[in-house]
Amino acid sequence: MKLLRCPINGLRPIQEFYYGGEYRPMPDPDASTDAQWADYVFNRDGAPGVRLEWWYHLASGVWFLAEHDTARDVFLRTFLFEELGQG
Amino acid sequence: MPYQLLRFALNKKYPEPCMFPTPERLKPRYDVVIIGGGGHGLACAYYLARDHGIRNVAVLEKSYIGAGGTGRNTAIVRSNYLTPEGVALYDESVRLFQDLSDDLDLNLFYSRRGHFTLAHSDASLRTMRWRAEVNKHLGVDSEVVDRQFIKAKCPEIDLDCGHNAPVMGALYHPPGAIARHDAVAWGYGRAACQRGVEIHQGTTVTGIRTEGDRVTAVETNRGVIETRCVLSAVAGYTPRITSMVGLRTPITVHPLQACVTEPLKPWLNVIMVSASLHIYVSQSSRGELVMGASLDPYEVHSTRSTLDFVEGLAGHLLELFPFLWDVKLLRQWAGLSDMTPDFSPIMGTTRIDGFLIDAGWGTWGFKATPVSGKTMAWTIAHGRDHDLVKPFRLSRFEEFDLVGEKGAASVGH
Repeated sequence: MKLLRCPINGLRPIQEFYYGGEYRPMPDPDASTDAQWADYVFNRDGAPGVRLEWWYHLASGVWFLAEHDTARDVFLRTFLFEELGQG
Repeated sequence: MPYQLLRFALNKKYPEPCMFPTPERLKPRYDVVIIGGGGHGLACAYYLARDHGIRNVAVLEKSYIGAGGTGRNTAIVRSNYLTPEGVALYDESVRLFQDLSDDLDLNLFYSRRGHFTLAHSDASLRTMRWRAEVNKHLGVDSEVVDRQFIKAKCPEIDLDCGHNAPVMGALYHPPGAIARHDAVAWGYGRAACQRGVEIHQGTTVTGIRTEGDRVTAVETNRGVIETRCVLSAVAGYTPRITSMVGLRTPITVHPLQACVTEPLKPWLNVIMVSASLHIYVSQSSRGELVMGASLDPYEVHSTRSTLDFVEGLAGHLLELFPFLWDVKLLRQWAGLSDMTPDFSPIMGTTRIDGFLIDAGWGTWGFKATPVSGKTMAWTIAHGRDHDLVKPFRLSRFEEFDLVGEKGAASVGH
């Protein structure tokens, strides 16, 4: 069984989680052009590698971030949004 | 070794059969370089050589022919999609499949079965009616049928699904078929080679050189090739290739798993699909039940198999066909699906001159092999997008002009 560490609830089976997509900071809607907005809405960084993703723990309703290596399917780190930028 | 046999082995009249010659080295220059030796890339090479006389073509495959999605799908061919753009494309493909065995002089085991998409709720029955009407309007043989009809065509089915999610009706598409997917790639590859195309297996693309917004060369692990036209037909590997030329796409890659049971005597003559139960099943010409479910729920670039998948799929299979309880699974595997937000492919020219794309084939690529090859070859030969390809151009996203294809397989809707 594959496990994922929820920052609040600890190691739980991956079936308890929902994948929320790649973490992408939103550009200012008023200041961006249509092309920049379309790029934000549709385009993704689909290449394999380590990147930041949104995950949701269904049982407890916790949204958090995970550093996921999509080439090897290994989760390197999970943390709450508040801790973003604190290394 | 007995003399009679040895004499036969040494006789020049009977050389070792070889479908694809292996060229020793890459030429310094090709008119067209196709990245990806799957069905789509090889079909494009074939139609380039056959219809457009462009024969100085190299197909680069980092593994072996058909190693990717071509050899990993569940081999279903159909055209009962939802959007007019999608139906037009896939229906042309079904037409091309009809005489493809003759065309390629190879038995593709193309077998017309009839394709059922089961509805377990009022909502899905409503979508089926919508699809059937779109299909009929566009000349595709497709209709909504009731429980009696399904039972008559497939007496083994438990329409009550163990009283969990009773079947209310189905979308029935008589031309739905299965084919031997490896043979499609081999047939196209051999026919392309016979017309002068070179297939280089074990050749990995490591970079694409551009000058301004123009492609000039392709870098590989076996040397640099000059070319002014590159087609990327690599499905799940697309983001790696597009990042080489700095092109952004909406493609995300999810594994899609499938499995087969041990061979059984022929009993299932139709293709049975249930989106609600996340299962599609058909019986191959070898007797195995070929089954798939839905996409893995998160992005991974790995073709690992999981127990979750088999567990879920086996459970749902038994809801439809309880008598299969003691049948064993033989193999399970996964392929990489390059998913797009509108469940439609991304095809044609891009803003980079000479870089063409044939991607976003997610869970619906095999059935489109002939038509994508043919239309992409046309697009390369004429330097502009074929009419069937236009709705699927990459720039549709920045133009907010998507093709919402909810008739695609293995996706929740």
